Amino acid sequence: MTVDYKAIVKEGLWDNNPILAQQLALCPLLAVTTTATNGLGMGLATMVVLMITSLVISLFRDIITPEVRIPAFILLIASVVTVVDLVMNAVMHDLYKVLGLFIPLIVTNCVILGRAEAFASRHKILPSLVDGFTMGLGFTLVLTVLGAVREIIGSGTLFANASLLLGNAFAFLELQLISDYRGFLIMILPPGGFLVMGFFMAGKRIIDTRVAERKKQEAANQPADIALASSSD
Amino acid sequence: MSSNKKQLPSYRNRIGYHGGLLGGVGLIASMAIVIADVETRSAIAEAKANDQKASLEQVIPASIHSNDLLADVLLIPDANGKEKKVFLARDDSGKVTAAAYEMVGYGYAGEITLIMGVDHEGKILGVRTLAHSETPGLGDKIEIAKNDWVLSFEGKSLGNPSVEQWGVKKDNGIFDQFTGATITPRSYVKIVKSGLDFFSQHQTEIVESDAPTSTDPTLDEMGNPTTAAPSAPAKTGRNANASDVVPNVMGKLSHDS
Repeated sequence: MTVDYKAIVKEGLWDNNPILAQQLALCPLLAVTTTATNGLGMGLATMVVLMITSLVISLFRDIITPEVRIPAFILLIASVVTVVDLVMNAVMHDLYKVLGLFIPLIVTNCVILGRAEAFASRHKILPSLVDGFTMGLGFTLVLTVLGAVREIIGSGTLFANASLLLGNAFAFLELQLISDYRGFLIMILPPGGFLVMGFFMAGKRIIDTRVAERKKQEAANQPADIALASSSD
Repeated sequence: MSSNKKQLPSYRNRIGYHGGLLGGVGLIASMAIVIADVETRSAIAEAKANDQKASLEQVIPASIHSNDLLADVLLIPDANGKEKKVFLARDDSGKVTAAAYEMVGYGYAGEITLIMGVDHEGKILGVRTLAHSETPGLGDKIEIAKNDWVLSFEGKSLGNPSVEQWGVKKDNGIFDQFTGATITPRSYVKIVKSGLDFFSQHQTEIVESDAPTSTDPTLDEMGNPTTAAPSAPAKTGRNANASDVVPNVMGKLSHDS
């Protein structure tokens, strides 16, 4: 059985993106993405957890029976999150102070259980790991862009506090885009998250429809081309 | 028939297998957590101590003390009977110059934890917010990173401004409220004031407490290493509570008892 890694990547980043397509994990999404930095941090932490849980659950997939899979998965996910929480607190304490609140929240992130259920419990270790990585990457990208949009409109900055998350080397990312900006509070509060996400989802639909139409047209043109080519022979 | 599905051993359908499976998973999960906890405990404690040191240094200027703030702790029961850690700052002669402690109270959207430094006369040296869940963009101006509003407490004490003026401007006090957020600064001022009340109630106890000899090498060199340090908490006793009634006469209380 060969695994189509390209398809897995495409699924995670676009076709089956955790937020834009599956519409999972909206709770952390709305709570956290007040700035691009927060979104990036939450996305990265989720990605790490997603990869580890995918790995662990894929490892146990032949032992765990369907009847007790949900409690077993939850137990494994919760312990992985706790371990990540502790390790981050010990090793990357400054980063932990920024993200600390959100890390335990990852347990409740349905993307993790969703991927465990839909992918990792049915596939071998490597494909599961790749799936965890790309799903996490897709999640991170959406969270970061969403955070950036909310931050720019809401407080006129971009990547504020990025140096806390990524180290001083990334201080150049911190931009004050609109000077002396009074702020637009609703964008920072959860409703703003809903608004921006709605536009994102609509945008994805539009692009998908356009792509599908173009493919249909191409498919319609192609037989004609072949017919033309063969007739001219 | 079974070409589609993998042939599963029959024991997998028994309830004992399910129970054992869940138990096994639980065992693995808890083992992982125990190992992680043991491995990270000291590093986390160290990082937390560093954090505490950093926040203490923000509210007690380095110029007025020469001791290790983290090592010089006095435990005083607060209004709820819980032991509060009071970090003491001492000058070279071992006299208490300032104290710092955490205060917790309720803001608009949950608990606000702050740390405040108070000098031996009851004047505020600095106030910093440690944790809160106030509205971003409105109530979060209590963070020093967002706004320098907390600096307006510096130099204030219970008598300055007067008790009636310990409030936000909307309540005829002297402290600014934020545009769009009154509840947060109102409760913040209340928390800081209760912190000052706490200090005035225990001022004698705090100011006259002796330095812990084991952690202060300068005392050893002076030749009198045992300056009744073990009896210090007992000596200060409860008579400091007499100041409950007159919280306003700060600065004189240290000689009362």
